[in-house]
Formats: sequence, C-alpha cells, structure tokens
Amino acid sequence: MTGVTLPGQTGVPAAESGPMVHAEQVHKSFGSIEVLKGIDLQVRAGEVCCLLGPSGSGKSTFLRCINHLEKINAGWIRVDGELIGYRERGGKLHEMREKEVAAQRRAIGMVFQRFNLFPHKTALENVTEAPLLVRKEKRAEVRERAAALLERVGLGDKLGNYPSQLSGGQQQRVAIARALAMKPKLMLFDEPTSALDPELVGEVLDVMKDLAHDGMTMIVVTHEIGFAREVGDSLVFMDNGVVVESGNPREVIADPKHERTKAFLAKVL
Amino acid sequence: MSVDTDKSARARPEPIQAVPVRHPGRWVAVAVIGVLVAMFVHLLVTNQAFNWSFMIDNMFRPPIVAGVRGSIALLVTSMLIGIVLGVVIAIMRLSENPVLRGVSWAYTWFFRAVPRLVLAILFGNLGILWARIEFGLPFDRQIGALFGIQDFEARLFGFSAVDILTGFVAGMLALGLSEAAYMAEIIRAGIQSVDEGQTEAAQALGMNRGQILRRIVLPQAMRVIVPPTGNETIAMLKDTSLVAFVPVSAELFFQLRAVGSRTFQVFPMLVAATIWYLLLTSVLLAGQHYLERHFAKGTSRAGQAKARLRGMAVGGGGATGGGGGV
Ligand SMILES: Nc1ncnc2c1ncn2[C@@H]1O[C@H](COP(=O)(O)OP(=O)(O)OP(=O)(O)O)[C@@H](O)[C@H]1O
Ligand SMILES: [Mg+2]
Repeated sequence: MTGVTLPGQTGVPAAESGPMVHAEQVHKSFGSIEVLKGIDLQVRAGEVCCLLGPSGSGKSTFLRCINHLEKINAGWIRVDGELIGYRERGGKLHEMREKEVAAQRRAIGMVFQRFNLFPHKTALENVTEAPLLVRKEKRAEVRERAAALLERVGLGDKLGNYPSQLSGGQQQRVAIARALAMKPKLMLFDEPTSALDPELVGEVLDVMKDLAHDGMTMIVVTHEIGFAREVGDSLVFMDNGVVVESGNPREVIADPKHERTKAFLAKVL
Repeated sequence: MSVDTDKSARARPEPIQAVPVRHPGRWVAVAVIGVLVAMFVHLLVTNQAFNWSFMIDNMFRPPIVAGVRGSIALLVTSMLIGIVLGVVIAIMRLSENPVLRGVSWAYTWFFRAVPRLVLAILFGNLGILWARIEFGLPFDRQIGALFGIQDFEARLFGFSAVDILTGFVAGMLALGLSEAAYMAEIIRAGIQSVDEGQTEAAQALGMNRGQILRRIVLPQAMRVIVPPTGNETIAMLKDTSLVAFVPVSAELFFQLRAVGSRTFQVFPMLVAATIWYLLLTSVLLAGQHYLERHFAKGTSRAGQAKARLRGMAVGGGGATGGGGGV
C-alpha cells in the first residue's frame, strides 16, 4: 500500500501527524435507545485496532459511524484529521452534502460480514466498478490494478467468476480487493470471518495479516482472539455502548482487568 | 436382485429394472384433448363463415398494415412514457421527502382508479378545457396585474390544443400516463427487493445515490421488474385498441373492423385481428425471454454449473486459488 507508514517506521510522533482515526465522546441513538454512549478511540496510522465485545454492544454501529453510514448524535470523529460528515465554519458545524460525504468515504474501505458483493458483476467487475465510476480512472489501468489485487488475495484465476460461483472465503477476499482498489488510507472490517465455514476463516485472516504487515491502518471487529493477539496493535473491548477496557491485545487477553472483559474472554477463548 | 455381500460388496450393482408406474389418467386426457382438437380443426376447415380466402386477401392490405404500424408505435411510445415516468414516480415514492411521496401516491391513486377507456376519451376531449397550450411564466396575467400592467403576457410558445390533443398524442398520453402508475408499483417492488447491503457496500465505496441506483440497484431489480413488465407490455398491446375511442384511426383493430363492416365480413376480420395480436404477442414474448436471460446474469444455475465445470478443468493443476500462501 502506498502512502501509509509501515509499522516498523512509525517513529513519527503522534503530535506531528496526528492519529489516523480519532473519535471523541461519540453518541448514537436509534429512536429513544442509546446504542453508543460516549466512545473515545484513537488509532495511529499503520496500526491494527481490534474491536471486541458481546453481541449488541454497538461495535458495528460504531464502525458504521466512522464512514458516516450512520449519523452520530454527539461527539466527533476525525479520519486523517478530517471531520467526518460535518464542516466547521465560524465555530458552527455544517452538515456535509451527499457528494462530500461520498468523497470522504472513498478513502475508507469497508468489509462486511455478509460480503455484499455485487451479484450481477464478476469478481473483476466488482473490483473495477468503483475506481471507474467514482475515481474516473482509465479502464486499462484499473483493470490491471484490479487483476493484481485479485492475484494478491489468491484469486488470480477467478477474475471472470460471478459471486455465486465463489465460496464464502473467496467472496470475502474479493470484497477486500474491492475495497483496496479505492486506495483507502483506512480499512474497516465488520466481523469479516463470522459468516464463513471454519475451514475458510484462515484464508481470509491470512489476507488481512498480509495487509497489516504492509502497513494498512485497520479497525477490525472480530471474535478471532488469535488474530487480535497476533496482529493487533491495540485492543478495545466494548460493552453496552461504552469502551470498558483497552490496551495492548496480548496484555488485555492474558490479564483482563475488568469483570465484563474477563467474562467475555472466558466465553470466546 | 440377489444380495451377495461377502463377494461383491464393492462391485457396482446392476442397474434397476423395475416396472414403471402406469398413468392411465394421462392417456384418457390425451384422448379427450385429441378429439377436441380434431373437432376444432374440422370447424375451421368446413365452416364457411370463416371465409379464409377473403381474410387472407384483406389481412395484409395497406390500411391494415398501417394500422399494425400505428398500434406498434402507440405500444412503444406509451410503454416508454410508462417506464420512464414509472421510474421517476417509484423513486419519488421511496424518497425521504414527504411531499414527493405524497405526489407519487396521489398520481398512482388517480391513474389506477380511472379506466383506460375513460382516460382515452377524456384525453381526446381535453381540447374543451384549453383551446391553446402555452409554455411560459405561470400566472403571468396575475403577476402583471400586481404591477399594474394590463394584459401582461410572458409566453414562450404555444400550440392549438385541438391540433395536438386529438388522435395519436392523446391516445399515447392516456395509455402512457396510466401505464406509469402500474410501472411505478412494479419498479418500486423491484427496488425494494434488492438487499440493503448492496446499497451500503456501494455507499462505502463512495458512490453517490444516482450511481448506486443506476449501476447497482436497478440492474438487480430488473430480475424482479422484467417479468411483470412483459405482462404489462402485452396488456398494453391489446389496450392500444382502446384509442379507437379517442378517436385514432391509424390503429390495427379500428382498421380491421372498418374492413369488416364495409364488406359485411365481420367474422373473418375478427379472426384476422386475433391472428395479428397472436403474432405480435409472440414477438413480445421472445423479446421478454432474451431480456430475462440478460438480467439473470450471475444468478443462473446453468451458468453456475458451467463455471464449476470450468473451475474443475482449471483446478486440475492444483492451483484453485485456495488461500494460505498469500
Ligand atoms: N438501524 C437500527 N435501528 C434500530 N436499532 C438498531 C439499528 N442498528 C442497530 N441497532 C441496535 O443497536 C444495538 C447495537 O447493534 P450493533 O449491530 O452495533 O451491535 P454489535 O456489537 O455489532 O453486535 P453483533 O456482534 O451482534 O454484530 C443493538 O441493540 C441493535 O438492536
Ligand atoms: Mg455487528
């Protein structure tokens, strides 16, 4: 990945570059139900942040707030220094137009639990669609890059297959390639392996590890403790709309401080 | 079949040679249908009222062929209006703006409530309401009066309503506007049948609403939209005969009836109409078949099976793209 600091070289102090993702006091309600109750989070460039928590704790909702698929009710989120969804002008917040929100989303890749590939397009077309349509790049260039990305996720021989002709693991790898084709500076993963048969989980995690080693900034909602321990730079444990505990994944997993973290880890380990 | 376990346990068993189930009922049905078909053919051949030679002589005469052309033109233009306007109304219906939703609802309500025959006659007589149709600043006279100008007119162009709103255009509008109400419902159902995850994935890639609709949602909705639209098109082909009441004369049924009543050979001309409509409908059905096949891309089971075979051929070398060493 270009333009992203490699993990080994992050000698740059946070003060100079600022975190890639910075969320403060994020609140989100659906009707009268408050789902996020003041989330704070910082992820530095090149970091992999693993988001854990029981079902219904608001992990997906928070992830969707980061690329403005959900509007937040209070607090703010910055990605690479840019306020998401709003513009500050004269001490006031102005809602962004649909076009500006779309422009912000281009730099943020997202991978969904249920893949959400476009079923009427082949693997290659799934990957080329957005660069052609949104970034208005040249067809030949995009095609080449898309083929290289699919090759990289191990699907070089499946360019012409429709999603219905691919296994779950293969579909999810196409979805990752599709997000990468937009050259994002941040990747969001929402339980990317939860819908997969156990024997297919490994192939998707391998692609994600590869991506992490290349220095991609990633926020990963997952129940794969092994992945969090091995690849994660930070771990955030959420419950009931708040961050209960966070820190180095190896330390938190080995020695959770909070009762709820202990109870959750005991169940998934 | 003998079961000889110890010797031939792994050998391939003999193919089953059982007596198939008999279906006597089917044979009775075939016999009954056969007799009925024979009676019908006998009627067609022997009954003089059909007057086949007269029918064939008249079926392809220039005014009739012009009528066919008129009916097809009416079908194509009114379905185009119906589909384009239907998409707009469907999108309005799904909009977050309550005013647009309301307008869309009212439109659908009105044009589904009024019979097409009534609409056709109504549109043929709209000239009674307005002698001329003009485009320009709305309420120009009133605005002029407000500023003290007498007879202020700000009109760009206009035409006589009687010239335009009779005949073909009136029929086309009556059928097209009414069709839009039905098409809107079909298109709305199609759009709603597409998984929300598709829109989300497209949004996450930075596509805007128009791009998502055109490139992601509508192509998938087409699978749901095309079959009922085929139905609508066939129904519309038959409804083009209603414009005879506008009145429009360059239309198939009008022309056939005209020949029938002029020559006192009403029945052969009705049969001719039946045959013409059968022919045209068959063409439409063939078109629908190809459209459905086109929009089944990525979902057809036949396609899947073929690709699996291809995959097997490719995967023979052991490079099936399974993960691991990425
Ligand atoms: N669109 C919505 N409307 C109303 N409530 C919602 C909506 N989306 C999520 N919720 C509610 O918000 C809460 C948090 O949901 P969320 O999907 O973020 O949880 P999660 O931590 O991702 O859980 P899981 O592990 O099951 O995916 C749940 O109680 C859910 O019912
Ligand atoms: Mg979730």
